[in-house]
Amino acid sequence: MALNALPPNVALTKVDAAIGWARSWSLFVYPFVTACCGMEYMSLASAHYDLDRFGAALPRFSPRQADLLMVVGTVNHKLSPVLRRVYDQMTEPKWVMAFGVCTVSGGFYDNYSVVQGIDTIIPVDIHVPGCPPRPEMILDGLMKLQEKIRASKQEL
Amino acid sequence: MTDESTSTSNGLPVSSTVLRKLHDRFGAALLSVHARAGDETANVRRETIADVLSFLKTDAELAFELLVDITAVDWFPREPRFEVVYHLLSLSTRRRIRIKTDVPSDDPRLASATPLWGVANWLEREVWDMFGIRFDGHPDLRRILMYEEFEGHPLRKDYPIRKRQPLLEPRIDVHGNI
Repeated sequence: MALNALPPNVALTKVDAAIGWARSWSLFVYPFVTACCGMEYMSLASAHYDLDRFGAALPRFSPRQADLLMVVGTVNHKLSPVLRRVYDQMTEPKWVMAFGVCTVSGGFYDNYSVVQGIDTIIPVDIHVPGCPPRPEMILDGLMKLQEKIRASKQEL
Repeated sequence: MTDESTSTSNGLPVSSTVLRKLHDRFGAALLSVHARAGDETANVRRETIADVLSFLKTDAELAFELLVDITAVDWFPREPRFEVVYHLLSLSTRRRIRIKTDVPSDDPRLASATPLWGVANWLEREVWDMFGIRFDGHPDLRRILMYEEFEGHPLRKDYPIRKRQPLLEPRIDVHGNI
């Protein structure tokens, strides 16, 4: 059958694109909340900014059920093995968002106790700086992450 | 405050009931006092700190039931280098007092206040963790904020400002290379 003869309820795509589309719109978030950015996360997850519009509404309180790790707030060296363990417990495929400038680079906590960017201990897919970032910045970051997921080779 | 200003035989301006009672009881062990706008401070000899704190807590008229905070100051390179600061509050008389004592760097130790106030346990652990001042008689003097693997005491002025002691080996270098 010729392509132009397809019935209107059939769409052609590629496996990577179809799975990427599905994954990008069904992110299950694990909020690893340690500090004041948590307030901004609550605002983001609530009705006004509404993460659910992006399919990322439901926080999972077990890393084993989540595929997006949001690291929200300052991470110090004492906490770093916990963050690594949480990341290791998540099943593939998984993504990480560094939420707020403390997680991006340590921010103004350039001192003896704070991890100078969580990408020194776990891989990070998207960095959203700000102290705290506006919810719009997080939504922008989330949309960029969705684009990244859709553009990826999908591991099955 | 309502306390009338007086001075004593060794010239200390003990303007309040609390400072005057401390002076009458401890005499020369009271090294200096400061009082302004109801903010009273007494600097006492290190050897007497346990007696001073015990007196302040148990004296019926003073009755400082509550230990609010213990902290320290590093005056490096001055010697005696450290100053340990106690903040007390009397709930029954609504008075506050600040007690300071100097601690030298070659023997950084002090009597524990844990027999008097249970809260001194964690406060002294914090002073030990941050400044490396030991408290004799403390039941469990371990670090409280930093991890056990941490070396040194980070709020000492000679702790290197750029020194980092990560628990996990960094997975990338400073240029972001994995």
